[in-house]
Amino acid sequence: MANVKYMAATRVYAKGMPPAVDALDLTISDGEFMVLVGPSGSGKTTALRMLAGLEPIDRGHVEIGDRDVTSVPPKDRDIAMVFQNYALYPQKSVAENMGFALKMQGVPRADRDRRVAEAARLLDLDTELLGRKPKQLSGGQRQRVAMGRAIVREPKVFLMDEPLSNLDAKLRVQTRSQIAELQRRLGVTTVYVTHDQVEAMTMGHRVAVLRDGQLQQCASPRELYENPVNQFVAGFIGSPAMNLQNVPVTDGGVRLGGSVLPLPDAVRAAAAKADLRELIVGIRPEHMHLAATGADDTAELHGEVMLVEELGADALLHIRLPDGGTPVVARAEGRRPPAQGQAVNLHVQTQDIFAFDPSTGARLAG
Amino acid sequence: MSAVTGRPADVRRGRAWMGTVGWGALAWVLAIAFFLPVLWMAITAFKPESAAETWPPKFVFSPTLAEFRLVLSGAGPYLTHSLVATVGSTILVLILGVPAAYALAVHPVRRWRDGLFFFISTKMLPIVAAIGPLYVLALRTHLLDSTALLIILYTAMNLPLAIWMIRSFMLEVPGELLEAARLDGAGRLREMTSVILPVISPGLVSTALICVIFAWNELFLALNLSVTSAATLPMYLISSVPQEGLYIAHLSAAALVASVPVIIVGWIAQRSLVRGLSMGAIK
Repeated sequence: MANVKYMAATRVYAKGMPPAVDALDLTISDGEFMVLVGPSGSGKTTALRMLAGLEPIDRGHVEIGDRDVTSVPPKDRDIAMVFQNYALYPQKSVAENMGFALKMQGVPRADRDRRVAEAARLLDLDTELLGRKPKQLSGGQRQRVAMGRAIVREPKVFLMDEPLSNLDAKLRVQTRSQIAELQRRLGVTTVYVTHDQVEAMTMGHRVAVLRDGQLQQCASPRELYENPVNQFVAGFIGSPAMNLQNVPVTDGGVRLGGSVLPLPDAVRAAAAKADLRELIVGIRPEHMHLAATGADDTAELHGEVMLVEELGADALLHIRLPDGGTPVVARAEGRRPPAQGQAVNLHVQTQDIFAFDPSTGARLAG
Repeated sequence: MSAVTGRPADVRRGRAWMGTVGWGALAWVLAIAFFLPVLWMAITAFKPESAAETWPPKFVFSPTLAEFRLVLSGAGPYLTHSLVATVGSTILVLILGVPAAYALAVHPVRRWRDGLFFFISTKMLPIVAAIGPLYVLALRTHLLDSTALLIILYTAMNLPLAIWMIRSFMLEVPGELLEAARLDGAGRLREMTSVILPVISPGLVSTALICVIFAWNELFLALNLSVTSAATLPMYLISSVPQEGLYIAHLSAAALVASVPVIIVGWIAQRSLVRGLSMGAIK
């Protein structure tokens, strides 16, 4: 059990290149499930490998349990890692794979066997699988063996590098909840890397969003969804993605699709202070409510349905606004969505409208 | 059956069929062209000397093992020398090659490219050019005409290729596997014995088999640096050619005896080489 601290931790792969991880400051408390999420090249895996000791730290420090481990070799950091491709030893049996680290620590055989059996039980791994080679296991079983290899060590921190990306969609969802549940039960500090924002939102106590080696925001899933600090986080978190439109500022709000969207006073003040003529508004698809059909003066936006994506429970409407810009996506109830070509009115509540500075991407306080 | 013929699809299928047959025929012609002399040698080995060299060649004859008996009666010491030189040098090659390849692949030393090039550059000098110095060295070290000398020379001869091969197999070992071992607390030696060697073992087998083939077939060094106490099987083949008289059947029998081990080893190597090259599949 331990907390983890990144203190201005930096990794530069090659001189002259921008750092892969740039002065990362992040504190993960004891027992917390922290997810590092970001697009490829965002530095999330590098950050994890720096914590593992597989990647040198060029500047700054990393602490595990208040002990500076910046120059401690991986095996002495008391961590266990689950790799994306599992990295099981192909010539060793499942039991040998899981017990290898203990064998290296000189744990007696009987003790080893007991801990391996316990981990197998925890993961619902059949004891008859323990004698098999990784080759003879299914993808899901291999994933669990990789988890087992980490659990057996009883480490201070679990590190997981996209451990679900080699599973098929159904198994991935199932395993996702199993890992989250297991982590809550064991209470071991966990750092989990993924590029999938749904995984990040569903599994993490807190989620750290990275982009180009820089931490954008670290907060609880709900906070990220409700209060993104900038345009990148707003667009990255949430599925389908938030509608982001570049719009001109007018008196009392912004002009979008021939209508005027009112903005909260604080946002208007911030825009005026920065002397912005244009800004980026963001509205989540689920916040675009279909108003009653026909002319309804209270709806803020009018448009024409170009495409209907049926998801079952609900439907995604791709709607073209009169000014012909990028179509917006709205989420509608799945029972009776409007048909393609139909004119619709959309109602948006002022509090659901986000505004961002077009040059910096920063959120305009609302 | 469709009565309409000459439709484009049929024509295309017809052409594809012709292509398959054409390539198949070519493959057979080439295979026969390569194999026929070997087959002829094998047949000749079973002929009595009187029937071996006739014109037109005899296809009907009463097969005899007489020549084999003659060959095997004299081959004993040669066989032993060949075995000792081949097995000894191959073991030495593996013992030296594995650490060398490790230093060039897994944790590359500084200037590993230069090292790699050095090893292969030793194969560039024609061996004839080196035989003089080698002879003098062997003479001074009192190793002339000894299997120890052959073991040393065959090791030197096969080591560059073996290092290149083992290195390429080691590069196939997924990096995550080595990282997992590091996290699990395995040191360098453990990493080698518990992780790398088991994974590349098919590759090691094919490397060893190729070294065996090369050492077994080597003639030039053996011929120039040994006389009797280290004479190898290829030398015995040469000595089977008498100054006068008929010798084709005898030579064929000796050649067959010398080839059989190589053919067996080659057949095994073929299978394990394929396995060795496709072993990256651990996902």
